[in-house]
Amino acid sequence: MERIQVLVCAGTGCTIGNSGELIEAFEAEIKSLGLDKEISVLRTGCLGLCGVGPNIAIYPDNIIYKTVQVADVKEIVMEHFYKGRPVHRLMLNESDQDTNEVHDINKTQFYAKQKRIALHNCGVIDPENIEEYIAKDGYTALGKVITEMTSQEVVDIMKASGLRGRGGGGFLTGLKWQFALNETSEQKYVICNADEGDPGAFMDRSILEGNPHSVIEAMAIAGYAIQANYGYIYIRAEYPIAVERLENAIKQAKELGLLGDNIFGTDFSFDLEIRLGAGAFVCGEETALIQSIEGERGMPRPKPPFPAHKGVWGKPTIINNVETYANISQIILNGADWFKSIGTETSSGTKVFALGGKITNTGLVEVPMGTTLREIIYEIGGGCPNHKRFKAVQTGGPSGGCLTESQLDTPIGFDELVKLGSMMGSGGMIVLDEDNCMVDVARFYMDFIVDESCGKCSPCRIGTKRMLELLELICNGEGTMETLDELEVLAATIKDTALCGLGQTAPNPVLSTLEQFKEEYIAHIVDKKCPAGVCKALLSYVIDEDKCRKCGLCARKCPTNAISGELGKVPYVIDQEKCIKCGSCVTACPFHVVERK
Amino acid sequence: MKSLEDLKKLREQAQDRMTMRMDEEQKYRVVVGMATCGIAAGARPVLNALVEEVAKTKAPAVVLQTGCIGMCTLEPIVEVFDKNNEKTTYVLVDALKAKEIVEKHILKDEVIDEYTVGKYKK
Repeated sequence: MERIQVLVCAGTGCTIGNSGELIEAFEAEIKSLGLDKEISVLRTGCLGLCGVGPNIAIYPDNIIYKTVQVADVKEIVMEHFYKGRPVHRLMLNESDQDTNEVHDINKTQFYAKQKRIALHNCGVIDPENIEEYIAKDGYTALGKVITEMTSQEVVDIMKASGLRGRGGGGFLTGLKWQFALNETSEQKYVICNADEGDPGAFMDRSILEGNPHSVIEAMAIAGYAIQANYGYIYIRAEYPIAVERLENAIKQAKELGLLGDNIFGTDFSFDLEIRLGAGAFVCGEETALIQSIEGERGMPRPKPPFPAHKGVWGKPTIINNVETYANISQIILNGADWFKSIGTETSSGTKVFALGGKITNTGLVEVPMGTTLREIIYEIGGGCPNHKRFKAVQTGGPSGGCLTESQLDTPIGFDELVKLGSMMGSGGMIVLDEDNCMVDVARFYMDFIVDESCGKCSPCRIGTKRMLELLELICNGEGTMETLDELEVLAATIKDTALCGLGQTAPNPVLSTLEQFKEEYIAHIVDKKCPAGVCKALLSYVIDEDKCRKCGLCARKCPTNAISGELGKVPYVIDQEKCIKCGSCVTACPFHVVERK
Repeated sequence: MKSLEDLKKLREQAQDRMTMRMDEEQKYRVVVGMATCGIAAGARPVLNALVEEVAKTKAPAVVLQTGCIGMCTLEPIVEVFDKNNEKTTYVLVDALKAKEIVEKHILKDEVIDEYTVGKYKK
């Protein structure tokens, strides 16, 4: 009789951390103790704590073990599964260390403030087994919708719930569906936008890896709501695990008749297929995505006509993001009022954020809208590691901006973030500390945009390149105060004239850092210094001649032979011409006399 | 699958296999002492009996194991916690007593006085 279930995270992060071998090791160890009838090992989706992976969850104890290595497996099986003593040193449940008691994982700091709706099955079910999804009320919402409700009623629930698009724009999902339902056409389409591209954002991937059926079910519901019978999931080929799980999930749903003709014995039919994208950022823009599905080069076109009117193959189409879909069956099952009761007046429900950068708990968190940035970064995220000072948090990816310490108490919502000059975006949240140079951050995002600009309109194609060049000038210490003015003029022009959202929002990272951290720009231009010590052209490494003990270790480590001196006799000096500012000498010097200026 | 009924049937079957992962909290937590002393005294058949009986009767309980509870001479020990964390400790449990604990305590909320640590006499 089964008494313990071991769920090993098989998301991308933990798979890289070797969770595949962990599964085999667990199975072998459990078998060798003859416990294989009592304990089963399953794979599951993202538990959220990607920074400390590979993670495994143990039920019914509700314990999470973090950073589990193959070498730990024997101890876990013997101590925990055989003798009933949880292995404290691997436990995530941090509060336990005082009381020695096994607490519910939901009471730990990382999970206590979270509310998982979009991620609700991730880390709980086996994503490759449709029955586990069904056990957690999967496909019940679809059944309810197509046997008990009219299309208009479904759209009305979506409207009443206040659900807004989680992909970035925050457009009301119900309204989008209403537009598509109003169109009269014998063929309409439902698209899932899984072309997640913001640097640092990976919630869509984790949902598809951990709970693929939630998206498939929601697309079928959307199909019923707008009277479409065909769907496309547009996903980037760089997400091989997500693609594999989706393919498997679609196959299983078809086998059970949950996709295909006459679903639940009604006359509603719905089918879908996966379209792989080549990983162009611009294809996340809906008109470019449609082009790409049609086999054309992914380039945006002017709107209107909006996709709801004229979308893929010229037919009415709705496009929603993965995370938006992941909320839908929950809204149908629990009602619009339930969803509306979570979050804020204008932003209902929850939002998944991908915490990254200089943060202790790197990973995925899902919180109710209205939670403050401070709660997310400090209470859930654990603040900046190594006692570094928090400087800013970048939200909204290359279309967003940076928020500073003074803005951390803002409750999160679509409108609130826009007011502060940033945006929700898809939910990437990159934390920056005192070691990050804001000019360099702006340069990084602009570099990304220049790479990803499709080249169709000149403001984006040429304008962003010019902006990047200006930023590089500043980083190299060659900028002047006029450079800043030029940046501002260019930014305003691009915002006003670019064709699509990618171009229109591209100047945002520059504008927001310019506004919040102008003194850093000025330090680069006037003092020729990079206060954070990132911009290499403005750095120099100098050995204090008086304190040098002439050991020569720095010279041995220097990759460009820029350091000269004589062992025990002549103090060492760095040739600034040859120095590539790699910093090896700083770490090599046992007496800490190499200074970074 | 042809109807909503079919889905319900499949859902119930599937739920049986993952009760230990369901969200709602169970009414009781049954904890078996499984340290060396417990195992030596026969805690393993007790644990297995509890797990089987809970599954068979769909009793509202989750069965967990723990380390040494401290009274090694009274092992196997089974502790039953209710929702308020009030604890009943059963001592010198065997597989038959374990079944009875599920039948009476878990399913009917009747504490079996004679097996509890309070009633134990040397």
